[in-house]
Amino acid sequence: MHLLEPRPHPSRVMRWTAPLIAVVATLLAGSFLFWALGKPVLDSFQVFFVQPLESSYGWSELLIKACPLILIAQGLAVGFKARIYNIGAEGQLIVGALAGGGVAIAMEGSDAGWIVPAMVVAGAIGGALWGAIPALLKTRFNAEETLTTLMLSYVASLILSYMVNGPWRDPEGMNFPQSIMFSDGALFSILLEGSRVNTSIWITVFAVLAFWIFNAKSFLHFQIEVGGLAPAASHYAGFSAKQTVWFCLLTSGMTAGIAGVGEIAGPVGQLNLNISPGYGFAAIIVAYLGRLHALGIVLAGFLMALIYLGGEAAQVGLQMPAAITGIFQGMLLFFLLGSDVFIDNRLRRMA
Amino acid sequence: MIEHLIPILAGTLGAAVPLIFAGLGELVTERTGVINLGVEGMMLVGAIAGFAAAAETGHGAAIGLPAGALAGAATAMIFAFFALSLAANQAACGLALTIFGIGLSAFIGQHYISYSLPGLKPIAIPLLSDIPVLGPILFKQDWVVYLSFLAFAGVAWTLTKTRLGLLLKAIGESPESAHSIGYPVISIRFGAVAFGGAMAGIAGAYLSTVYTPLWVQNMSAGRGWIAVALVVFASWKPARLMLGAYLFGAVTILQFHAQGLGIMVPVQFLAALPYVATIVVLVIISRDRRVLQNNLPASLGKPFLP
Repeated sequence: MHLLEPRPHPSRVMRWTAPLIAVVATLLAGSFLFWALGKPVLDSFQVFFVQPLESSYGWSELLIKACPLILIAQGLAVGFKARIYNIGAEGQLIVGALAGGGVAIAMEGSDAGWIVPAMVVAGAIGGALWGAIPALLKTRFNAEETLTTLMLSYVASLILSYMVNGPWRDPEGMNFPQSIMFSDGALFSILLEGSRVNTSIWITVFAVLAFWIFNAKSFLHFQIEVGGLAPAASHYAGFSAKQTVWFCLLTSGMTAGIAGVGEIAGPVGQLNLNISPGYGFAAIIVAYLGRLHALGIVLAGFLMALIYLGGEAAQVGLQMPAAITGIFQGMLLFFLLGSDVFIDNRLRRMA
Repeated sequence: MIEHLIPILAGTLGAAVPLIFAGLGELVTERTGVINLGVEGMMLVGAIAGFAAAAETGHGAAIGLPAGALAGAATAMIFAFFALSLAANQAACGLALTIFGIGLSAFIGQHYISYSLPGLKPIAIPLLSDIPVLGPILFKQDWVVYLSFLAFAGVAWTLTKTRLGLLLKAIGESPESAHSIGYPVISIRFGAVAFGGAMAGIAGAYLSTVYTPLWVQNMSAGRGWIAVALVVFASWKPARLMLGAYLFGAVTILQFHAQGLGIMVPVQFLAALPYVATIVVLVIISRDRRVLQNNLPASLGKPFLP
């Protein structure tokens, strides 16, 4: 006899409490991890989750990390509802950054006002293009998008490596694999004096509102949701599954590509091999943790950004590798998936 | 020409080893109806565990491979708890395992960044290695390559000729029927997932203790995902998996011989070949739905609560 049995109706309460349970479970498992590593548990928590938020600079860094995560997750969430599993947003981010970076490098030294907008458009097109390949392979050849999007991520990072080691390498960069530092004309302007927060956050704010309205009001979104929940009904209603595939992969590619430009024309300021600390993968967790809801994703994005900041703080304050961020990300996703089981199931009652 | 070809073909066998172990493990797991997309993560945990064990004891791959197998199986149990005991979404649990494994291996690996290991010397099998052309390709390899032949034979034989193989396949086709006649479906699936984890761990440990042999963060470089793709390509048949693994081994090894062959292409483009080849292979196999569904375990990826 199994411990679980199906609920008569999915629980709405569990749907929204599952992320909270997952966060609490992650914190508990995290304490165990700190304890097992011989670190003082409370002090470690202080360093990881509190200290980054004790200064206004810390909050500004949180915002800088949350914005790309939220932006990418908004795009991914649309696809996830339709059961289109784009797990290669990292590659779309990189190609977007390459396209935007190309504009910046071509216009080196100029401070024309249209350069940054042109970079954003180029990034959107680049990301969408990288999303279009798996869309074509899925609609034309029935190839699973999970593996194709992921394989294309590896290809994208090799193209990036080629460009910053070859044609776009800074001639005065002492042979480091990096492009020139972009001139001010190719950077978003700083919004808050003394921080790295820049005007690119308005793109994320706009995207959150746009996706919120799109999810709530549009007929296309309704089609996408039906296609995900009941493919047969969707087919019967005459909704095009191919159109959904294209729309989802182009949209998520575009948001990831724009996020890439936000990085290179923001905190990074050039093309190099470290333009993204895995935002494309972390955004998958953000989308699910935020329940694929435009506003839920905002909260989840800030939490994920804190995990990134905590990892950096742990490196300095606890002499721990920053890779602890990845451990926390993995645990969070596991616990979320485990908690989600209780939306449709409950513990079996003993007779 | 032949003097160029022999080292390439001999190298192909070694380059294919990680794909063979990881692929065979995933093949057995999937045959029981469970899809574990965490191969990349389990491989990396196996790689660092194997490397650490080899470096600390000084016994090289002989201790590295078993340590990698144990570590791979142990991480697979996290997946099994969520995906089998709680019947959570298998594909997403696998992704979580990969993210977790990348983080965990990089975390542990921080201590081992400047170490290097001696690797393994090839063992020439008497008489057989003297055969012209075939000898140096097949019979002058390190012992793990020979072990990979055995692993193939063992998996193929078990799946086709034994009761256990029949049971594994029956559970993959219909866990409900297997459950109703009294087989402990969840426990057997736990075993299959552990086997897949151990095999992925061996694959990773081979990379870090024999193939490279040093620890580099993310050193499996997508081989775990390629192994998952190979299982689809092989339509869940061990012999076809071997074929696919050698194909990819050849593509991987080509980049090291390209210059000698007079191919002047940037190294990154050659390094991208295995990923592009994976996409091409997926397109070819997926184009025809009937081919794809041939042998597809009927319950693959579906949650099962008895």
